[in-house]
Amino acid sequence: MSALAALLWRELRVAGRIGGGGAVGLVFFLILVTIVPFALGPDLNLLARIGPAIIWIAALLATLLGLDRLFQADEDDGSLDLLTLSATPLELIVFVKCLAHWLTTAVPLILATPLFALMLAQDGIGLASLPLTLLAGTPALTFIGAIGAAITVSLRRGGLLMAVLVMPLTIPVLIFGVSAANAALGGTISFATPFAILCALSLAAMAGAPFAAAAALRQK
Amino acid sequence: MRLIAHSLELIRNERILFSNLGFELGSGEALALVGPNGAGKSSLLRALLGFLYLNAGTVKLEGAGEETLAEATHYIAHADGLKTALTAGENLSFWAKILALRTKKTTGSIFFEPLSPKKALEKLRLDHIEQVPVAFLSAGQRRRVALARLLVAARPIWFLDEPTTALDAATVQIFAQICAEHLENGGLILAATHLDLGFKATRLEIGGAK
Repeated sequence: MSALAALLWRELRVAGRIGGGGAVGLVFFLILVTIVPFALGPDLNLLARIGPAIIWIAALLATLLGLDRLFQADEDDGSLDLLTLSATPLELIVFVKCLAHWLTTAVPLILATPLFALMLAQDGIGLASLPLTLLAGTPALTFIGAIGAAITVSLRRGGLLMAVLVMPLTIPVLIFGVSAANAALGGTISFATPFAILCALSLAAMAGAPFAAAAALRQK
Repeated sequence: MRLIAHSLELIRNERILFSNLGFELGSGEALALVGPNGAGKSSLLRALLGFLYLNAGTVKLEGAGEETLAEATHYIAHADGLKTALTAGENLSFWAKILALRTKKTTGSIFFEPLSPKKALEKLRLDHIEQVPVAFLSAGQRRRVALARLLVAARPIWFLDEPTTALDAATVQIFAQICAEHLENGGLILAATHLDLGFKATRLEIGGAK
């Protein structure tokens, strides 16, 4: 247990000192959200209607932004080999690394979402429901992305390939994330239905992805 | 504790690096892998740890209790496993927790208290840089921090891949002494090297196979 706590602590500390990751992801998120209204033109109703979708796509791209370095940084400096020599199972190590990545990139996005949602003409319910759907759905994005990061770990320019591999797998998360956010704003289906599926997707990804990613890391 | 390898064969890129290679290594013994560049010394170490697939052969570790070979082994490679944003002390205390043995006591006589990061760095004459981020260290200093990892977690088997690269003469001697102490405690050392290690080791030539 103390090994995993040490790993989490190291990941957070490295992310905090190097900067990059979380802060850049947040700025990227902000830029995506701000340029869409310029492209759409002055139609406030349209903006309000597609606001949740914009937030979700921006969150997906911002999450993928730093994910290619998740294992590659450790591979480059030799840490990954040493981590596999640990008595701690590689699956748990992968889980903790994903958790640290989620804490440093997704949590700042979730916290900033109410502000960004305001810029997309969301009303009070939207401001409350959007961060909630992101909170339930972003773990799935991080953990599914970790599989792609593990597969491309030994490739020099694996970042883009990782995004190409991962994006199709994130479609269900996107569908249910946006539909949960829309359901909260009113509509025929209740908020609970897509939200429960969104939670299930995240839980399934958290349970399954570490095994897939660890298997890929062992084969590298 | 005994490490026994039998008729190992490794093929990389359709080239046979070595075949029918075998050795036995007991407590307190060291084996120096020698051979020209590209002969497969590093590959042998990596294959034994399971990072590469052996095409043939068996590797057995006797008397290690619950630990597998990978879990009982310290691996010093070219990449030093240090995060440049963290200080030397932070790096070492991280690896101390990650590489700690699962069981508190290993079987037989092989047991030594792991040192604290500060003590380990002291042993390599580096205690003054404990609070310095690794990014600011020279190549030789980084190598010494990596070697200090051997002391912060007690693992009976040491796999050393060119351990003395970038070290000055004085540190090479200190390191030879640390290795000799480890062998006295009943440890095992498998080292790939071109240089004289400074402690007693059986030589194993690699690179005969074409």
